Amino acid sequence: MTSAGIPAVKAAARPTGGGRRLRLSWLGVVPFFAYVGVFLLLPTVIIAAGSFAAKDGSLTISNFTSINQPYLVKSFVNGAVVSVVSALAGGFAGALLAYAVVTGSPRGLLRRAVTSASGVLAQFGGVTLAFAFLATLGTTGVVTIFLKDHGIDIFPNGVWLYELSGLTLLYAYFQIPLMVLVFLPALDGIRPQWREATESLGGTTWHYWRYVAGPLLAPSFLGCTLLLFANAFSAYATAQALISQGNLIVPLAISNLLTSETGRAQPGLAKALALSMILIVTIVTVLYAVLQQRSARWLR
Amino acid sequence: MVSSSSGASSRPSARAGVEVRLEDLKRRYAGVTALDGLSLTLAPGELVALLGPSGCGKTTALRLVAGLEETDGGRVVFGGEDVTNVPANKREIGMVFQAYSLFPHMTAMQNVAFGMQLHRVGVAERRKRASDMLELVGLSPHAHKYAHQLSGGQQQRVALARALAIKPKVLLLDEPLSALDAKVRARLRDEIRRVQLEVGTTTLFVTHDQEEALAIADRVGVMQSGRLEQLGPPMTVYSRPATPFVASFVGLTNRLNGVVRDGAVEVRGTRLPLVQTDATNGPAVALVRPEAVTLAGEGDSTPGPLNGTVIATAFLGATSRVTVDLGDVTVLAQLATSDAAAHPAGTRVRLALRPDPVLIERDEAAPDHG
Ligand SMILES: Nc1ncnc2c1ncn2[C@@H]1O[C@H](COP(=O)(O)OP(=O)(O)OP(=O)(O)O)[C@@H](O)[C@H]1O
Ligand SMILES: [Mg+2]
Repeated sequence: MTSAGIPAVKAAARPTGGGRRLRLSWLGVVPFFAYVGVFLLLPTVIIAAGSFAAKDGSLTISNFTSINQPYLVKSFVNGAVVSVVSALAGGFAGALLAYAVVTGSPRGLLRRAVTSASGVLAQFGGVTLAFAFLATLGTTGVVTIFLKDHGIDIFPNGVWLYELSGLTLLYAYFQIPLMVLVFLPALDGIRPQWREATESLGGTTWHYWRYVAGPLLAPSFLGCTLLLFANAFSAYATAQALISQGNLIVPLAISNLLTSETGRAQPGLAKALALSMILIVTIVTVLYAVLQQRSARWLR
Repeated sequence: MVSSSSGASSRPSARAGVEVRLEDLKRRYAGVTALDGLSLTLAPGELVALLGPSGCGKTTALRLVAGLEETDGGRVVFGGEDVTNVPANKREIGMVFQAYSLFPHMTAMQNVAFGMQLHRVGVAERRKRASDMLELVGLSPHAHKYAHQLSGGQQQRVALARALAIKPKVLLLDEPLSALDAKVRARLRDEIRRVQLEVGTTTLFVTHDQEEALAIADRVGVMQSGRLEQLGPPMTVYSRPATPFVASFVGLTNRLNGVVRDGAVEVRGTRLPLVQTDATNGPAVALVRPEAVTLAGEGDSTPGPLNGTVIATAFLGATSRVTVDLGDVTVLAQLATSDAAAHPAGTRVRLALRPDPVLIERDEAAPDHG
């Protein structure tokens, strides 16, 4: 080759100096990664390993093929239905509430009240929430009895509170405040100039929502609704406390498979179910992150 | 100076500018009077700059003209047609905001075309006019960039093109340059003026920057507390301010103690004629422009009556501003830079006041004044 090529190759081959310096700033995040490793990655690895193991420890995929049983498929479908419905209901209601909040003054009472209430209620799941509902809307709940005394039976065709519809109602209770919290930043990014610019260009309110605010908020709305889906799909404690038996949704099925008292526990199958759930929730969460990033570029 | 140039536009697409009248506009917010009877007529194709301190009601005036805010009294008239009760989206206005007004999910081209889309202009026509407008503001190479890929100055150019693309009757700009740095600001200011002259749209330009207002406008309206203090060509507002407020808000002013006697104010031995003809005798503060202060060296043959020491010189380009300490007060003098060079800091100078008519102000709010 030409002589010019030789120095270039030499230069490229020369090791770059000074690149290996210990970064002490990494020390600060060690506890975080240790935490994630012990409580998130390690259990996932154990579950993954267990889901491919047969009773005798040999490698198998039979745990996954046996997910295809009517009652387990049903629990997946149920879980998806509860999650989709509660995510959509929570998404729309939460978005409307968040919108009401941003149209008010940024330091006003409404905003402070709604955001702090949402902060609390979004965490208000589990046993406490289930108990609150049982005590008010259960068969012997205060509201149920009060209404019955006044001639209104809220359970004319059976106690729906302990079924899918009851669970959906319960989930909406923490989905709405969660939506308020995660969707507010996007709404805050909407600048009043955009509406006024649309108006000055001859546009109506409809044009503004159709061509400006709608397209700008859509990715974030979709992303937040996906997050709500993941939130509901993976919830366990609330359902467990409300409906202590049966295999209504996947987490309950997993629980039953692990703790079966008749000695017929199937830990391999339980782990396969859990891994499937992890997979679904991970995919949904990644989609959420991608959509959030996309809207963040516009709504800074 | 540049005359207002309606009709002078070479672009057949441009709508001839219309007359815009603001008649006795009033606007109150809970407890605050933002506009207190503002009247102003813009000739077709004219650019009027509204200048005033923060909170004087400039933005409010603009928003009333735009229809983005409702009036509490008065009328807005475009070309003889009363639009006071016409909503903003039917007023045919073009609006440029302070910053961040481009639709972030649309390219520059799409932003400019959006208004035409709302006006149901055909796709081909829309595309052609949008690229014409982008060319007019010098942004053709950036037509397919999004707002976050454009500099602040470029974004404002797109905003201008977007506002003009719908051939508005009136162009309204609310401090369009205030978010930009000084160099870009001056360039874009001239750019806005060039474009405005080319399309001939009647324009109201709001700013709190006096230099900007004086440089860009056919006429400058100086506002204070929701009212117009003075309206006139930049030269007049600067050199013959109608009120003490205008004198101190526009340009720099020396405030020198003096005494009014027989229609003139005597300031440290120099009699200066008065702008106000009805001033009563007594102590007053004379407002003397730095340009009316001349300096001479101590040994010069035409000595001024006042002795002082130069303590600082600010180089402004062709002129320099020299600060002279007279012992009890400092005085600013604006000189040609070559003259200022003769008086470096530390030198003794003789100072004289040119007998131009001055405004006076009476500090201790005399009840008979005004
Ligand atoms: N929406 C509003 N609610 C209450 N008061 C308002 C509102 N808008 C303006 N004001 C008040 O009206 C007065 C005039 O405001 P305006 O925005 O017109 O001033 P400005 O001259 O544009 O000032 P700046 O240079 O700061 O933009 C101010 O005292 C302001 O506080
Ligand atoms: Mg303003």
